[in-house]
Amino acid sequence: MKQDISRKGAELAKNEDVFFASSAPLRETFFSFLRQCLTIAAKDLRAEWRTKEALNASLAFSTVILILFSFALDPNPEMMQEFSGGLLWLVFLFAGALVLNRSFAREMQNDCLDALLASPVPPSGLFLGKVLANYALLMMLEFLCLVEFGLLFNVRWLGNVGPLMLVMALGTWALTVVGTVFSALTVNLRLREVMLPVLVYPMMVPPMMAAMILTTDLLAGTALGPGNMLWVRVLVGFDVIFTLLGVSLIDTVLVG
Amino acid sequence: MNALEIDGVWKYFGDFPALRDVGFKVDAGSVVALLGRNGAGKTTLLRILAGLAKPSKGTVKIYGSEVREEPTRRRIGVLGHGISLYDELTATENLVLFGKLYGLNDAPKRAHQWLERTGLERVRDGLVREFSRGMRQRLAVARTFLHDPEVLLFDEPFTSLDDRAIAVLQSLIAEAQARGATIVMSTHQLREAIELSTHIALIKKGQLAYAGERRQEMLDDPTWLYRTYEGESAS
Repeated sequence: MKQDISRKGAELAKNEDVFFASSAPLRETFFSFLRQCLTIAAKDLRAEWRTKEALNASLAFSTVILILFSFALDPNPEMMQEFSGGLLWLVFLFAGALVLNRSFAREMQNDCLDALLASPVPPSGLFLGKVLANYALLMMLEFLCLVEFGLLFNVRWLGNVGPLMLVMALGTWALTVVGTVFSALTVNLRLREVMLPVLVYPMMVPPMMAAMILTTDLLAGTALGPGNMLWVRVLVGFDVIFTLLGVSLIDTVLVG
Repeated sequence: MNALEIDGVWKYFGDFPALRDVGFKVDAGSVVALLGRNGAGKTTLLRILAGLAKPSKGTVKIYGSEVREEPTRRRIGVLGHGISLYDELTATENLVLFGKLYGLNDAPKRAHQWLERTGLERVRDGLVREFSRGMRQRLAVARTFLHDPEVLLFDEPFTSLDDRAIAVLQSLIAEAQARGATIVMSTHQLREAIELSTHIALIKKGQLAYAGERRQEMLDDPTWLYRTYEGESAS
């Protein structure tokens, strides 16, 4: 019996060795993929930081919309409780389209997209790298918009800041993933600035509905709980499904 | 050993067949001049070889593997019509970026070496958007050779290059040939292409009109190929 146990132990140890040996190339492939994604993201962020093309335009645009809304609606606290989330996410959507439009358009200058596609970076790595860069830019933009929104509409959002950031993070990921796929799809179109919102906004109805309802709740002081958890699940589900779809479809979108 | 195997490749743009049943093999170490008139399908074929487009029918293999496989792409260097460099990045940043994407562990060192080789060491920290046309082209050449590719694909490599860039590219092509790299270049510059090449492929209206070794007749009279296989005089 003792001998049997020790034999089984030896077999297990052997299997463990085999497992770690076989997972090493997998781990190396994963880290190599991650490095490539981060290299693409860092390149995009550096290029944007040097030119500030998309960031300046989207920040100026969102400020103008917020100011116009504040004049047009003459908001009072009761009114704001009803549609603060909707208003905020509309601004995020409009301003976000400007950032997302530049994402693949930047690659058309000097035919850079060809060099990226000819390189060993898989299209999914290129896509995820761009998603990460766009996500960072959009989150920064949205945070600035949120501050402006609080000041212009006298909305106190710091009370529920944690859950609010979670909703913004989930909603923005949805916008970024869908927007980046369509940015790749429309990159060769002459009217891409128009086509991107036309294609992206209808796709964004489910996550935007969820994000708007959750943001309105949170800004009105309602915490996340069983009553609105369904919308969090909608956001998470949408994010997961569309990230997987984007990763699997991007090769067809970019190479044909 | 075949470096390239192109088998029954068709490419449709809508209903228009840009390539029709193109097939030939290229031995490792060969220099192939891909010739043909404007719109013959040279760039389309090169884009398929580079993995930038998929054929509608047929297969392309590089050293026996599919072009879109990651290890295969590590072996290819492409110099297309555009310089494929980022205007907002410096010369060093551009080369280091591509070095990292090709998985080079010594990307900064290689970038430095190639900036020296292409005479751009002085402007290594300058933004590409501030470069002259010739400097941009030399940097594009450096990007193409950065990872020591075994298969080099050039689309009109000498068009719009300045004298210095042509000299740099010619010496690098000769060096690559000496180390056994396979080179495919599409060009309109008949004489230069024929002098540099070991093999010729002529495409006429999407079909392969000739594929084979360079002959003495071609060297004696570069228009001989067009006259013989296209049945017209070369312009």
